[in-house]
Amino acid sequence: MDKNINVLIVDDYRTMLRIIRNLLKQLEFNNVDEAVDGQEALAKLRAGNFGLVISDWNMAPMTGLDLLKEVRADQRLKNMPFIMITAESKTENVVAAKQAGVSNYIVKPFNAETLREKIEKVLVHA
Amino acid sequence: MPDGTPQGPEGDRIEATVRAVLTSMAGDLTAKESALLAELEGLGRTIARAKAEIAALKVEDIRDAHIPSATDELDAIVDHTAHATNEILDCCETLEQLQAEISGEAADKLQGAVTRIYEACSFQDITGQRIGKVVTALKAIEGRISAVVSAASGMPGPAAAAVAPAVAPLGDKRTEGEKLANGPQLPGSGVSQSEIDRLLASFD
Repeated sequence: MDKNINVLIVDDYRTMLRIIRNLLKQLEFNNVDEAVDGQEALAKLRAGNFGLVISDWNMAPMTGLDLLKEVRADQRLKNMPFIMITAESKTENVVAAKQAGVSNYIVKPFNAETLREKIEKVLVHA
Repeated sequence: MPDGTPQGPEGDRIEATVRAVLTSMAGDLTAKESALLAELEGLGRTIARAKAEIAALKVEDIRDAHIPSATDELDAIVDHTAHATNEILDCCETLEQLQAEISGEAADKLQGAVTRIYEACSFQDITGQRIGKVVTALKAIEGRISAVVSAASGMPGPAAAAVAPAVAPLGDKRTEGEKLANGPQLPGSGVSQSEIDRLLASFD
């Protein structure tokens, strides 16, 4: 598992971005960039060279699910590992995310071990 | 007024109209028709009384003062928790820097404690989203109260479109992501991480 990849974290709560960034740092992922909604994330993904996206769902003007669909529809980004970290915990949300091509799904509140386990899983299969 | 009920100008007008009809038709009315008109007169009084009671409740105070005050308080809670969470995160980052200066079991324990604090701090996101749902509900109540006040006073009210509908209207332009954005579920309502893992595995 390459820990030197660029990771993009997307969340409209600045404190959540800071928490995830610090947890990633503990897992030795030090190349981390941030976006506060799907639209900003998509622009960064198209302009940059990322190896993993970790995104919230409930954001405006573009939600995490809509970002995921855009990523999967983009020829260059379509195989990007994409983990959803969200408080959306209805079965319909998980099913919609899976159908849209999510690599893994973490429900908030989550712990560091769950984050490590899911990242490892998606990067090993990437 | 026959029963002493305060009616106001509109109640007076209804009663006067009914009396005028009764007077003009007095010679031509059957007993049944007279009874029907009396019922109409009573109905007019009931409507006027209901309007007077709604006006006396001062429901516009809920719209003009109570709900804006409640939403301001909730916004302040979100701001205060965000500020406090950032303070806690500042302290954690300082502790992590100090951790580099120690080693062995103490360093591991310190790391473990800091990780637990990071995990716990995600409360700010969850509570913020929950409060957002409450604010949305309050705004919907505010819209409906405005409509009730307008209907009772006979004054023009908010346009129907301005009152948040209970269900999404036809021709909903929201994306799938927006439609499914329900926010945090109450304990026992959502699925757990292990259930999500099993659900995802069932697709493979």
